[in-house]
Amino acid sequence: MVSLLPTPHPKERRIIFGNISKPGYSPDIETYLAHGGYESLKKALGMKPNEIIDMVKAANLRGRGGAGFPAGAKWSFIKYDDGKPHYIVVNADESEPGTFKDRYILHQDPHQLIEGLAIAAFATNVHLSYIYIRCEFPKAAKIVWEAIKEAKAKGFLGKNILGTGFDLDIYVHQGAGAYICGEETSLLESLEGKRPYPRIKPPYFPAVLGLYMKPTIVNNVETICHVKHILAMGPEEYAKMGTPGDGGTRTMCVSGDVQRPGFYEIPCGGVTLGELINDVCGGLKPGRTLKAVIPGGSSAKVLRAGETFKMKVKGPDGQMVEKEVPLLDLVMDASTLQAAGTMVGSGGVMIMDDTRDMVWALNNLNQFYAHESCGQCTPCREGSLWMSKVTTRIIDEGARPDDAKNLKNIADNIAGRTVCAFGEACSWPTQSFLAKFPDEFEKRVK
Amino acid sequence: MSETATPVAMVNVQVDGEWKQFPKGTRLIEACMKSGKFIPHYCYHPKLSTPGNCRMCLVETGRPKMTPDRQPVLGADGRPEIAWGPKPEISCAAEVAEGMGVRTSSPLVEECRKGVMEFLLINHPLDCPICDQAGECRLQEFSVEFGKGESRFREEKVKKPKRVDIGERIVLDDERCIMCSRCIRFMQEVAHDDVLGFLNRGSHTTLSVYPGKRLDNNYSLNTVDICPVGALTSKDFRFKMRVWFLKETQTIDVSCGTGCNIVIGSRENIVYRITPRENEEVNSCWMPDSHRMNFHYLHSDERLVSPLVKGEEAPSKWTRALAGAAEKLQGRDPAKTALIASARMTNEELFLARRLASALKIENFDVLLRPQKGDGFLISDDGNPNTGGAKLLGLATGKLSEIARRVESGEITALIVLGEDAVDCGISEGALKKLEALVFAGILANKTSPHASVVLPTSAWAEKRGTMINIKGRIQRLNQAIQPPGQARDDWEVLRDLVQAVGGSNGVYSIEEVFKVMASETPALQGLTISRVGDLGLQLSLPA
Repeated sequence: MVSLLPTPHPKERRIIFGNISKPGYSPDIETYLAHGGYESLKKALGMKPNEIIDMVKAANLRGRGGAGFPAGAKWSFIKYDDGKPHYIVVNADESEPGTFKDRYILHQDPHQLIEGLAIAAFATNVHLSYIYIRCEFPKAAKIVWEAIKEAKAKGFLGKNILGTGFDLDIYVHQGAGAYICGEETSLLESLEGKRPYPRIKPPYFPAVLGLYMKPTIVNNVETICHVKHILAMGPEEYAKMGTPGDGGTRTMCVSGDVQRPGFYEIPCGGVTLGELINDVCGGLKPGRTLKAVIPGGSSAKVLRAGETFKMKVKGPDGQMVEKEVPLLDLVMDASTLQAAGTMVGSGGVMIMDDTRDMVWALNNLNQFYAHESCGQCTPCREGSLWMSKVTTRIIDEGARPDDAKNLKNIADNIAGRTVCAFGEACSWPTQSFLAKFPDEFEKRVK
Repeated sequence: MSETATPVAMVNVQVDGEWKQFPKGTRLIEACMKSGKFIPHYCYHPKLSTPGNCRMCLVETGRPKMTPDRQPVLGADGRPEIAWGPKPEISCAAEVAEGMGVRTSSPLVEECRKGVMEFLLINHPLDCPICDQAGECRLQEFSVEFGKGESRFREEKVKKPKRVDIGERIVLDDERCIMCSRCIRFMQEVAHDDVLGFLNRGSHTTLSVYPGKRLDNNYSLNTVDICPVGALTSKDFRFKMRVWFLKETQTIDVSCGTGCNIVIGSRENIVYRITPRENEEVNSCWMPDSHRMNFHYLHSDERLVSPLVKGEEAPSKWTRALAGAAEKLQGRDPAKTALIASARMTNEELFLARRLASALKIENFDVLLRPQKGDGFLISDDGNPNTGGAKLLGLATGKLSEIARRVESGEITALIVLGEDAVDCGISEGALKKLEALVFAGILANKTSPHASVVLPTSAWAEKRGTMINIKGRIQRLNQAIQPPGQARDDWEVLRDLVQAVGGSNGVYSIEEVFKVMASETPALQGLTISRVGDLGLQLSLPA
């Protein structure tokens, strides 16, 4: 089990993880109430729904599941009184390699999620909500079910919540073991009892034709949890913690070759990559040098040690100036990482040092994606397995002269041509590993 | 469309540089096709939902460039300037929109198609030489037209189940399957018998039937038609004939009153398969298996192949048989003579049968009706294909049970049976035996034929031309796919010759002429000719 530092690192600011791994804190409702639980919900129920959405917008909360879509904007796609049933589905199908934050929330602080969900539901006129938990988290499902029961017994869920006339029921749905169910439209298919094939967009945008073809919001566990804190501290103060356009804190899951792998809750843009590795995570292992970083879950494009990136940054006079930014000076927020050609994604930061073989690492990812491709559309179905077979063969038998060229072309033929973002997820590692570490592939040629 | 219908709004779309108009709601792939730009596709089928899974129909699209106040930016030609999207889009799922642009053959589009073709073939067994689909396989066709011509795949292919017996009439080869899901969607959406689905995932995805179930639905063979590759093949047709040898004849099914439009695939006078032909007014793209398979009797050993005259040495010559029949029928008391025709006969034959009755002054005539329980889809409640024609031409009189009774009682002593078995009409073989004259015309030996004074072998529906009127009053055409066996002749000629033999010349020498005379005497057919009926038929205004 990856645990938090006993006391927060100075760079950390624990909001979501405020009670995680805290001695004496248990997931039951009495503990939660003793720590000020459900106060935000009470506050929200006294507000107008659109005021809550405005607060979430003003807080600059971006989705924490990977795509980073502004949460307030997503909620405002739902027309409050269009006469249709609306749903919120919580995506607790946390399965992006390198990401392991949501399970701790589910295990240790489930009421935080339920409270955030109740607020979100009240704001968007939702009376039925689902928490979709991946198959591999059976314990989490049990804990969340228990928490729902407790909340219902205390009047925070069910009919006429806290006497306000607002009704909400929450159900837990357990997945059957497929990474693709983290893709929101395939999650909805799975929830409807079907084979989890992602839907084509257009026309099946969840906000229009979501669960049971009704307007639906799909949010990540962490995103929903943040809502509670936005209500509690007010959007201005919440937004201030982060950068403009990327408010609040973000949990970073750091894995790989650092002294202290684990998760850290850090204000958005609050650290550079160098600070995260060397300061927060205690640096690399003795005698090792940095080789590569995947900054936002396995799908994010890899960055190479020593790289520099041309990007516009704020100069000392406040004007934007173009500058060469070295890898370790990259600020870990959505816009900087995007400008560096990768993404903050789900916050899974993977650190690789000089002992790592990049072909082996790519093959590891390729095998994962080949195993998890749902198989619905041609390029991903056939291409992911093909890439995996090529990298496996390179490791087992050595490379052919045209392998690198072909691998890149296979990836190019997948990205941007598939039903869902899995196409990009499975091709970006190949594209970026080949672009950043061509030497490692060349030296494998027989 | 009626004149009062609301006009459909039209939108302007630029297709490969040319501006065209399409009704709002048109799917982009259909708009491209209408503009003469073929878009290769596998999963898209106009009659099924759109999964967008094959990615073969990717095109480049753009929407009008907008000013900050959301007005389209107009170019020098006054048309909107197009902001081309960064990613290709599937044309099967997109709908046309005002000011939209589409490029159907740009370098990016061609690159996409090459990529998809390569992906589809890497795990495909490439067993075209032994595959029934070869010659009508979309993988072959698009590979030639849009593929690379070579594969860079050097790894081992995925192994999947072969020769899977998934139903009474269908064999599945999972290695050939490209997972387009057409068959699954057909069974869900059209046949409403959700037995097909995928197992496993990724490249190991495997088409299968639900555990414990079979693909035995009476519409199962339509999945073979819409399978773009050789994954689903018909047990009946499997390994029988290469499709490029088949002659295709557009005609109609005669197994019930629906009259499904079909194509007969034949070679050297043998029918090898029947497939449905699209007709929105009749059968869409589908047909029941029971009807599709209902052709093997055409090549049965029971076919009547030469005329016979009882008591004379077989086989007879046609002239002798016709003269014999005329001798038997002429000079009798018309009240003691009856004629049983068939609502399986064409309009032309029924018309001439009516002439024969007139020539002999027979008033006791009728057809055998075949009411049945339809399936609510393409099997109608009428087991006859041409009850409409029999009624229109006055052959359906309702006298059949009376005729049968009077044959049984011996009041009727001469009987003409055209294309039916008198036993099915309620007449016993004992009564048939006692008849003084029994003229039988038909294609198969039955319980009537052994007792006939004269047997006249005629042609089956695939062996002749003519028209029929289906249960909805639509007149449709039969076309000749194969020659009748032996000395069997076209029914209308046999009837004309009989009419001539019993009553003198009537002067018709082609089926077009028969139709012309019939049309001139039948108000509902006024102004029609066989060619005007066309391949898709015409709706008639029939008297109530």
